[in-house]
Amino acid sequence: MRALLAVLVSLVLALAVSACGSDDSDSKSSDSGGGGEKAGSEIKKNPANSGKSLTVGSKNFTEQYILGEIYVQALQAAGYKVKKDLDLGSEQIAYKALKGGQIDGYPEYTGTSLTSFFKIKTDAVPKDPDKAYQEAKAKYAKQGITALARTKFENTYKVGTTKDIQKDKLGGATKLSELKPDEVAKLKLAGFPECRQRTDCYLGLQRNYKLKPEFVSTEQTYAALDNGQAELAAVFSTDGKLTSGKYTVIEDDKGLFPPYNISFGIDTKKLKELGPDAEKVIVDVQKGLTLKNMQNLNSRVDIDKDKPAEVARLYLESEGFVKKGS
Amino acid sequence: MIVPTVLAFLGDFGEGLDFIFHERESVSGGVQVGGLGQVGGLALTHVEVSAAAMALGTALAAPIGLYLGHKGRGQFIATSISNVGRAVPILALIAFFIAFIGVGFTNVALALTLLAIPPILTNTYVGVRQVDRDVIDAAEGMGMSGSQIIWRVRLPLALPTFFGGVRTSAVSVLATATIAPLANVQTLGEPVLNPQTYGFPGTIGASIVVALITLGTDAGLGVVQRLVTPKGIKLAQGGRNAKGFSIPLVRRREQPT
Amino acid sequence: MVFDSLAQVPERDTGASDQCVAEDGFCPQWIVDNFGDYVQPLLDHTYLTVVTVVIGFAIAFSLAILAHRQRWLTGPIIGFTGALYTIPSIAAFFLLLPITGRGNTTALVALVAYTLLIIFRNVTTGLRAVPAETVDAAQGMGLTDRQVLWRVELPLALPEILAGVRIATTTTVGLVALAYLAGGDGLGRQIDAQITFKSNVALAGGLCVLLAAVLDLIILGVQRRATPWMRAAS
Repeated sequence: MRALLAVLVSLVLALAVSACGSDDSDSKSSDSGGGGEKAGSEIKKNPANSGKSLTVGSKNFTEQYILGEIYVQALQAAGYKVKKDLDLGSEQIAYKALKGGQIDGYPEYTGTSLTSFFKIKTDAVPKDPDKAYQEAKAKYAKQGITALARTKFENTYKVGTTKDIQKDKLGGATKLSELKPDEVAKLKLAGFPECRQRTDCYLGLQRNYKLKPEFVSTEQTYAALDNGQAELAAVFSTDGKLTSGKYTVIEDDKGLFPPYNISFGIDTKKLKELGPDAEKVIVDVQKGLTLKNMQNLNSRVDIDKDKPAEVARLYLESEGFVKKGS
Repeated sequence: MIVPTVLAFLGDFGEGLDFIFHERESVSGGVQVGGLGQVGGLALTHVEVSAAAMALGTALAAPIGLYLGHKGRGQFIATSISNVGRAVPILALIAFFIAFIGVGFTNVALALTLLAIPPILTNTYVGVRQVDRDVIDAAEGMGMSGSQIIWRVRLPLALPTFFGGVRTSAVSVLATATIAPLANVQTLGEPVLNPQTYGFPGTIGASIVVALITLGTDAGLGVVQRLVTPKGIKLAQGGRNAKGFSIPLVRRREQPT
Repeated sequence: MVFDSLAQVPERDTGASDQCVAEDGFCPQWIVDNFGDYVQPLLDHTYLTVVTVVIGFAIAFSLAILAHRQRWLTGPIIGFTGALYTIPSIAAFFLLLPITGRGNTTALVALVAYTLLIIFRNVTTGLRAVPAETVDAAQGMGLTDRQVLWRVELPLALPEILAGVRIATTTTVGLVALAYLAGGDGLGRQIDAQITFKSNVALAGGLCVLLAAVLDLIILGVQRRATPWMRAAS
């Protein structure tokens, strides 16, 4: 009994000591900046902003954490006091937080806002990214929220699979319209729980492509592909795992999915308070967000287990928005 | 402040009941959710996976508890493992099983089984231990063998405490099965965990159904517990403890759960 | 706005040393390097557990003393706390959201509600198990009812009471792992954030178990010190 207590105490102490010891800065970023011109110029700290503060939120998955951190750090570089409230939850929770004043702004996808907040049916969403953005902007404006300029990249749903499965079980199909419904009916599709009920996800596959695989509800869609529990998966175009070379996506050639560009939605009154820098910083800092870069950043968090804050910093530095080591 | 909250809550409660009985469109549109058909299906799965876990958990825990209790060994281990076992986060168990067997019914059933074992193990052990030494002596004096003592003396006298453990376990398992949708098992937790699809009435409706199922199971097992309590013990327990708690009186040394 | 010649974020270094992590395996080196990130969640987890049990005990104990005097209250209290007990904590988290918002408060309310029955039951059972003769003897010695309660009945009931506290504590540690669903803190968020990463799950889950073991032993220690006559008996 005493021996057990002694073992437990020493175990706790040992762990505590090792925790204190491992405090080194573990930056894995190589210093060879990418090729090509830098996308951005350094954000200058404006003393006029020092008295102004805001709260930036985000939803609860990797890309949102990274985006949130990017905006937070960029705004801080411009001299604002920024509070973080990342990891709020699903879009409904984030939207409620924004309307209720718990946060001042967060990055949302245009397609998501139109279908989830403004109740526009998936088929009725404009397929053109700019039109979709304009419509979202107008609807947000009625709620007292300003939807700032959209990003170029979009993060849309894709039907993913492994290269092996594509060869063996899908007959090498690269487009969703090439898949045969009666064969797909024998397969399984892994998707996050909500996908099953969404017209821009599982339900859309049924309606637009007549595809009805069995739905496996799980957040770990890639794990399901890996261990054979599903042959298809509802994945996201900017997923880090898609860069690993093991997976591939099947094209949505009929254009089922609406556009999903990021637009930072911010309380209109707050935006006026913050002055012109806020909008400029947010819109500028987005310029380097390409599909490839997003996949890279997401991979660093999902696969390499880096911290979103570090990865955001890496992005800002390599694009020239902040000076290294500042 | 309180009155509007209470009224709002009652209103939500009504909406929850409505969810159970009437279909409606999901929050994001495009599909119907709710209604007896769907809720019934979810409830059935909920009970199935819980029952599987209880069956397996009892099958594993009872014999071990019985054996250890009879031998009088391993009290500290049994109680401690049992106690600390309650602290293993169910999420970790599910994640652990995902790594080896993926998502699905087996995963959740196994995770819930591990959750079910501790109360049954401890209570079986204590129930067997607490049989009066005099009674055992008398039985031995009558010439009963070891196994006869187990089956004819210890077991019947231990049944009330044993069922107490089963009750505690069942409530725990039914409550935790709410999290099964994370591993693709569509229990009543599905509307609870996905309010963005089912809406707040969905969360309330599903919670009402889970609470009812759990209450019913607890009450039902309570009846069974009273039925299996040998008449002699019921008389002995008599006045001071006639309320039929899930924890019957025990002696000082060992504590049931 | 020209987007053409954009800088790329540096290519990832997928060296062999990161293979274990990339494959979501069990990586002792990663655990050692990143253990620091689990300290705050562990402290939050401990805080939530301890506060829950303390508040739960305060309420349940008071109710039990009340029911000790007014026996008829036992049934209704059991009914009420039992009802709270049967509402799954996860459901309670979501149900409370509109009232208490996201965060630790919601989690605490649900967690405290869950412990009430366990503790109430054990305190009551402990008190009722005190032999009538002992109470009579004490009253015979001239002690008032209150003195009998605090100097005789409660000390004798202590093992049963603390057994209940132990169970409530360890159960709460397990439930706090789900508090993140209500926006609360704790190790649960760590687990969920990287649920396929074995190192993460093992570490966070292991810390929960460790916490429970430590708290359990502490209460056991209190029990042993507070009931010296038990040691003599066993």
